[in-house]
Amino acid sequence: MSVYELSLSELSQKLSKKEISSRELTAIVLKRIQDTNAALNTFVMITEEEALADAKRVDEKRGRGELLSPLAGIPIALKDIFLTKGIKTTCCSKILSNFVPPYDATVVRRLKENDYVLVGKLNMDEFAMGSSNENSYYGAVKNPWDLERIPGGSSGGSAAAVSASQCIGSYGTDTGGSVRQPAALCSVVGLKPTYGRVSRYGIIAFASSLDQVGPFGKTVEDTALLLQAVAGCDPLDSTSANLPVPDYAKFFKNDAKGLTVGIAKEYFTEGMQKEVERSVRDAIDQIKKLGAKIIDVSLPHTPYAIPTYYIIATAEASSNLARYDGVKYGYRAKAETLLEMYRKTRGEGFGKEVKRRIMLGTFALSSGYYEAYYKKAGQVRTLIKNDFHDAFKKCDVIVTPASPSTAFKLGEKIEDPLQMYLSDIFTISANLAGIPGLVLPCGFDRKGLPIGLQLLAPHFKEESLFHLAHAYEKSTEWHLRKPAL
Amino acid sequence: MKTPREDRFEAVIGLEVHAQLRTKSKIFCGCSTEFVSEENVHVCPVCAGLPGTLPVLNRKAVDFAMKMALAVHCQINETSIFARKNYFYPDLPKGYQISQYDKPLAEEGWVEIQTDHQSKKIRIQRVHMEEDAGKNVHGKRESYVNLNRAGIPLIEIVSYPDLATAEEASQYLKKLRSILRYTGVSDGNMEEGNLRCDVNVSLRQRADMKLGTRAEIKNINSFRFVEKAIDFEIQRQAEILEGGNQVIQETRLFDANRGETFSMRSKEEAHDYRYFPEPDLISLEIEKSWIEDLRSQLPELPDEKAKRFAAQYQLPQYDAALLVQEKELAEYYEEAASASHQPKLAGNWILTELLRVVSADQIETSPISSKHLGELIQLITSGVISGKIAKTVFEKMRISRQSPKIIVEKEGLRQVSDEGVVIKAVEKVLTERKGEVEKYRAGNEKLFGFFVGQIMKLTEGKANPALVNQILKKKLAEKK
Repeated sequence: MSVYELSLSELSQKLSKKEISSRELTAIVLKRIQDTNAALNTFVMITEEEALADAKRVDEKRGRGELLSPLAGIPIALKDIFLTKGIKTTCCSKILSNFVPPYDATVVRRLKENDYVLVGKLNMDEFAMGSSNENSYYGAVKNPWDLERIPGGSSGGSAAAVSASQCIGSYGTDTGGSVRQPAALCSVVGLKPTYGRVSRYGIIAFASSLDQVGPFGKTVEDTALLLQAVAGCDPLDSTSANLPVPDYAKFFKNDAKGLTVGIAKEYFTEGMQKEVERSVRDAIDQIKKLGAKIIDVSLPHTPYAIPTYYIIATAEASSNLARYDGVKYGYRAKAETLLEMYRKTRGEGFGKEVKRRIMLGTFALSSGYYEAYYKKAGQVRTLIKNDFHDAFKKCDVIVTPASPSTAFKLGEKIEDPLQMYLSDIFTISANLAGIPGLVLPCGFDRKGLPIGLQLLAPHFKEESLFHLAHAYEKSTEWHLRKPAL
Repeated sequence: MKTPREDRFEAVIGLEVHAQLRTKSKIFCGCSTEFVSEENVHVCPVCAGLPGTLPVLNRKAVDFAMKMALAVHCQINETSIFARKNYFYPDLPKGYQISQYDKPLAEEGWVEIQTDHQSKKIRIQRVHMEEDAGKNVHGKRESYVNLNRAGIPLIEIVSYPDLATAEEASQYLKKLRSILRYTGVSDGNMEEGNLRCDVNVSLRQRADMKLGTRAEIKNINSFRFVEKAIDFEIQRQAEILEGGNQVIQETRLFDANRGETFSMRSKEEAHDYRYFPEPDLISLEIEKSWIEDLRSQLPELPDEKAKRFAAQYQLPQYDAALLVQEKELAEYYEEAASASHQPKLAGNWILTELLRVVSADQIETSPISSKHLGELIQLITSGVISGKIAKTVFEKMRISRQSPKIIVEKEGLRQVSDEGVVIKAVEKVLTERKGEVEKYRAGNEKLFGFFVGQIMKLTEGKANPALVNQILKKKLAEKK
């Protein structure tokens, strides 16, 4: 096994024991990126010099006997939505293609405090709008399991990079499933924490009431370490929760005894790929064998989740993206009048899907339609939230499929936005309710394409997700399979 | 006397007033609010609207806003919500302004104004918080944006359309300004832009219950212009209605040079602000204890103070109202009243003499202290100097900033109240002016003043006037 295929946890130990230096590890990882990026197009920026310098700094600290975090010296990459001071941050959009931030996101600052090594910025759907990573100004990302297929989106680059061992861990963002869905399609672990668990300060905003930072890891344990490093209240983010962060490592067990798991009938609909359903049902059986009690629950407002999401998210996005006007930063088109400048800058600077959603959102908020759309969607959102609240009275974790199908082909759904939107059908409710969700590998279809299992828990109960996911992972070998690149 | 036009129509006027709060930092970030002439000095990623930034509410701004809301008798909402007001303009970095829409900070208040010696209650619909925008600066061929002002906290005070004349509107605005300054919430300076006013004017037939179509007038930056704009607008609308036409609902600007309003944009071109609750801020929860704490911190407000002055110092209401305009002026008055033991005289001296020398809102810069003014008045009432000489002393006090006692001694301005000396002076004048004395006794009573003048001249103005009058009368009546 190559060094870059080891887990974060394993590498952390090796670094600790000085079996390998960070500089060596980073060099190996950078080479791996160089060898594979042309084929995958996961990295839009490789920070080679900074990475080696950071690695050297960490080795020196370790040499001096300093106590270091588990992430110290580990090569990690970030979705190009995280503001990194002095390092171009584009959100994979033409409109920010020349934007160099003057400040770090809080998450980035915390990672620096943990002495991480940043190897680069990752490709994504423009402004986090997409489910296939085909909406990027820098071209589509390829799925490491089949280069003719999509990796999922919008954090396609983040998922694929971990899957292809181009980095030991990564971070993305999840607004409607953008961490969990690509995790399923790329056979990695992906977590969307509870809304408010991780600071949004310095993350380019798509939909303010739905966005959350989410880590990608090779294992559940790795993912927990990545969350631990960045979680916690931030005075710069008024929506971040003023609650203590548990020590997640304490919750890992090898069985699921004592857990009650709910299966929601609304999540086993027609239109799901048969093999996906098969793998998920097998996983549920496995979980039962691990000692969990399985019960039926109902989430009756599930069918309304997608329209509710596409009103709220696009409405908030239409407002959040108003600042990209060519006045202060980013792309500015040549024009003679103010109005012309606005129109050309935004017309030329934004891609099709972004413009589509801005228009949708503007309409949903407009005079005469606000009550019928935005306000109504907010009310339905409460009903969806209440569904989960009621279900969690009877169970600790809800298990569902993560994606209705395995990775589809590039170009297959790009001309049909509504079809594309349905890719998020299983993930979207968690964002609306604000609850945490974790996805991990649970099988492969005939073509060898990954299938993912989703676990959902009540607010701020990420430990339940880690408990069940770790036990399941330990009893299976899906996570050990790697793509042949 | 009403004109036929005034007989037929009545004006319905409402004011929307914006005031900058005197906090040290901006409303959603830690940047300074201090005025600085260099552009883009007090700017940070948050108020510049950089990608990824988020607002954090400045609690002090809420304190200030609540204080004003309480001072104008509003109900504070236990829960209030911030909202985004969306529109594109270069001085608005985020492409939206964080303001309040549904559930503002406070509602249903009032202030009292005085018009024609009558009190009128003007109801206030709401007081809410919002952030200020930056400033566009136009060059020859390019425009520039200065973001120093972006994010400065504002309160918006919206009245019901209870105002009926330009004068009432001006009084209402002045009252708000006074309260803003009393509570320390804002400097309330229209010329400096920390107090701004938009006016809504409509007309209706006197008997009508329904409101007429209104025009909104923006960009008025002085009290005088508020009155002028309203007067012009009333006439403009009346002419339209008299002609049998309809007033267009629109936004107009005031042209200060021509004293006219002109159309800026019509209802069709009006912005759709697409208000929705600000998702980056949680709702503002205000506990009763917070409200009561702030209420207890309110100073005695102008109306209360005026009532107390009228009662305590037996001042006419009109005088009391003038003396309480500015908190510092009111304080000065009370100090002078106390130092002189003559509250009425103190009032008169301030209103007629002092306010000619220093303006009401700059009383801290007065060359004459309240203590010294009090002393001066005491010198008059104790007969040391006459009222006329006192005016001279006052002028000397203004220049030298010395105490009146010192000036009177130094310049020998003591009043002559020695009867003997006055009798001698009266006799001297009457002896020298035998001709006029005869004319006086023949019936030309006006000459009395002439004699007084001569006596004053002789005594260098220092003779006690009352004594002079008394003795002169006696002497003139004597020699028959």
